Amino acid sequence: MTEYIANTLSYPIITLTTFIPLFGALGILIHVRKNENAAKWMALATSAVTFVISLPLLLNFDTSTHNMQFVESKPWIPAWNINYTVGVDGISALLVVLTTLLSLICVISSWKAITTKVKEYMIALLLLETGMLGVFVALDLFMFYIFWEAMLIPMYLLIGIWGGPRKIYAAVKFFLYTLAGSVLMLLGIIALYYQGGQTFEIVKLMGQSYPMQFQYWVFLAFFLAFAIKVPMFPFHTWLPDAHVEAPTAGSVILAGVLLKMGTYGFLRFNLPMFPEAVRYFTPFILVLSVVGIIYGALVAMIQADLKKLIAYSSVSHMGFVTLGIFALNTQGLEGGILQMLNHGVTTGALFLCVGIIYERTHTRMIADFGGLAKRLPVYAALFMIFTLSSLGLPGMNGFVGEFLILLGAFTSQRVYAVIGTTGIILGAAYMLWMYQRVMFMELKPKNEGLMDISWREAITLLPLAVLVFWIGIFPNPFLGIMHATVQHLLEQVNAHSQMAASAATYLH
Amino acid sequence: MPSLSATDLFYITPEAIVLFFAMSVLIMDIFTEKENKRYLGYFSLVGLVVASVYLWQMRGLNNVSFYGMFVLDNYAIYFKTLFFIAAALAILISINYIKIEDINLGEYYSLVLFATTGMMIMASGADLISIYLGLELMAMSLYILAGFMRNRLKSNEAALKYFLLGAFSSGILLYGISIMYGVTGTTNLRDIAAFISTGQFSRPALVLSMILMTAGFGFKVAAVPFHMWTPDVYEGSPTSVTAFMSVGPKAAGFAAFLRVFNEALPAIQPDWTVIICALAIMSMLIGNVVAISQTNIKRMLAYSSIAHAGYAMVGFVAGGEQGISSVMLYLFIYTFMNVGAFGVVIMLRKGGMVGEDIQDLAGLGKKNRLAALLMLIFMFSLAGIPPTAGFIGKFYIFMAALNSGFLWLAIIAVMMSAISAYFYLRIIMVMYMSEPKGDFDLATSPSMSLAMLAAVAAVLYIGMNPAGLISFARDSIVGML
Repeated sequence: MTEYIANTLSYPIITLTTFIPLFGALGILIHVRKNENAAKWMALATSAVTFVISLPLLLNFDTSTHNMQFVESKPWIPAWNINYTVGVDGISALLVVLTTLLSLICVISSWKAITTKVKEYMIALLLLETGMLGVFVALDLFMFYIFWEAMLIPMYLLIGIWGGPRKIYAAVKFFLYTLAGSVLMLLGIIALYYQGGQTFEIVKLMGQSYPMQFQYWVFLAFFLAFAIKVPMFPFHTWLPDAHVEAPTAGSVILAGVLLKMGTYGFLRFNLPMFPEAVRYFTPFILVLSVVGIIYGALVAMIQADLKKLIAYSSVSHMGFVTLGIFALNTQGLEGGILQMLNHGVTTGALFLCVGIIYERTHTRMIADFGGLAKRLPVYAALFMIFTLSSLGLPGMNGFVGEFLILLGAFTSQRVYAVIGTTGIILGAAYMLWMYQRVMFMELKPKNEGLMDISWREAITLLPLAVLVFWIGIFPNPFLGIMHATVQHLLEQVNAHSQMAASAATYLH
Repeated sequence: MPSLSATDLFYITPEAIVLFFAMSVLIMDIFTEKENKRYLGYFSLVGLVVASVYLWQMRGLNNVSFYGMFVLDNYAIYFKTLFFIAAALAILISINYIKIEDINLGEYYSLVLFATTGMMIMASGADLISIYLGLELMAMSLYILAGFMRNRLKSNEAALKYFLLGAFSSGILLYGISIMYGVTGTTNLRDIAAFISTGQFSRPALVLSMILMTAGFGFKVAAVPFHMWTPDVYEGSPTSVTAFMSVGPKAAGFAAFLRVFNEALPAIQPDWTVIICALAIMSMLIGNVVAISQTNIKRMLAYSSIAHAGYAMVGFVAGGEQGISSVMLYLFIYTFMNVGAFGVVIMLRKGGMVGEDIQDLAGLGKKNRLAALLMLIFMFSLAGIPPTAGFIGKFYIFMAALNSGFLWLAIIAVMMSAISAYFYLRIIMVMYMSEPKGDFDLATSPSMSLAMLAAVAAVLYIGMNPAGLISFARDSIVGML
């Protein structure tokens, strides 16, 4: 049974982390009139403060327990038994800090890229941050849904207002896809509320067992919402459009945080609440995962647009994450969660790299580049780090995550692990081929005058490069934070099982 | 048989006050110069405030007066509060607008107050006859208001269509009432229920009467298939009247609809549940799907209004304390967001600009950030996206539907509400993502700003802190069932 460990810090850390961006946005809305620089500085200050405040979530994290930590709880809508309850466990603590870090980086990376409606842009970015953080810290299903949906509004505006030529199409597609998925989850949430004794408390709802038939349907309602968000094949078609049209920061947030909400949803709701349904649906989900891995990689290979290539590589990488999660053992789950972080770091960084070159050349077509390494050596070196990290070179973060996932999958689902491994080979192929065409070969005359990256741009990439090596060489701090939570999650999945000898216990 | 006494008059004080102010406006109109007509609007607002003060002192009462024709309970008080808000918002957004449209006549305000009186009588009607009287008072006032732009062909068309179809639907309602009288020998809601509970009645005749009454009320709430008048009347009427019509009379229709069916006809609930369920599905389907292809914003909001009647009927079908209070909550929230949306449309109307085409909004986000932000919030609320009030309203309705076991109805409702996001988002897209064609010269006024401020504050506040309103709605039906 999961319990709450109240926040012992002298300040309400989670409430502050979640809502400081909101107040920053309100501050910009009210105080900034014409001066667009002021909006940028206020946004930078807000996101920096948020990041710093969120750090104790990891530094003071008690790794010995799976219980929810730093919990704050207050009644909100008594008539429906809804409480404002926030807290983190080993999974969400990591994602919260990833979110605050990427949001800070996004503000810095947008400094020069955004020239129109800067004030509104910064407001949208900060509102988005509050929405994303709320999703990860909510311990009340109603609250979770509020943030889950509310977050769509700023993201929709980011794509639709500051996006590329087909921004309207992409923004609407993004919004409607996600909305269509989540409205059914809303019904699932209400059904769970009545079945679970009229409560929206996630922890209480986890501690119960539900009838089989009920589990199947509600599992599917939740699954659809999360699968669209991840996105799993065949629900992925909104992603390339959204990525290509979104401004750089939008792509970074989308790849870095939004996609993780889908897999976070699996971990938070589907696995612990509907264990029987999980066992029933696991084969289907694994098939979708490996199809996503292979399909995403193959489609990425033929892309001519850098952003589209990385977008499809995301489909492939997120396939690994779901493969790890539904391997349903310690290695698979820990690998999957670590790969969520890795993908956020690496793909976020790759989108930043694309954004940097796009600001200079106003093109993202691979064919327009070539030989950039001669003109932009520092840029090429950083790009190299993230390219190698993305294809899973040992010593870098991608390797640890994918290795754990495949190890976990191999022990419980051998066939899928074998097929999934080919995805890594394909990944190496499309990433290296892309790197070769962009950085080596002939330098185009029009690219002669390109400037190497500036300090501001380097600052956005360096922390991510540090993380690439940190997780790659010494992943234990990260695994340590999630370990107790993952163990407990496995107990929950296996709790109501007739077959006690499931893969996880068999391993130990 | 209870007798009529002077104390009965006490229970209709709010109605009497509104009526008094309505007639005072008529008389004062004669002595008011054309440029001072706005004071009549302010005077009407005073009337609404005074009446609401009296109304709220009566909370907690549960009294039947006028030979069982008129009931004053918390349910009636809830709806009357809603009507006051709708009327007050409508007057606030009208004051400047009717000057621009050159229909700056004092009768305008008194007709709004007369319509409000009619709606109040509908909410308090404990007898089919008094409900019918209230409904007619409301409808007559609205027919005139719809045609208030006398020199405009479209307005004339709207009034005539509304009048002809409205008269027809009233006839059908009356026919249903007469059959009810034939079957049960009474028009009093409680007596009807008591008679039916004895089991001595002709079921087919009773069901026929119920169907005819459904048609009558369905017309007032703009439910499919009784919706044909809605787009034309909404488009042709002065926009401020459309705003009023889309919230007040719709809520009044639901107030009477809910009371008649739940108080008088619980015995044939399975029969009317099926019919209203069908109406709900059709309204949501046709309202949302047809709204997608509209180019005129008033017509789009008309179809959206049909769809919202459909959502409300989902709560109606769910029934019980939860279902009824979910409809009540929904109508309350709908009032703010819909009047707010129409308010932005009204602001566009200035000089040569009509501002009724969706493309007229192009680039509003660049030219007038505040107006565009308001519209954005109202559109997201109508689409039911949190953290706006629209989400809370829909959430409660879905909750009620699931709790009563109407899973399929709830699934249709959520899917339709996802589809509806498309056309609400289109407005936002046009405002923020298209280039402006020219400069916007918005017709702002202090009264308009006040109305918009109230609407947006309510939409956001209820969205984030709905606890108070939920208990208000729930407390209002205690003892009614």
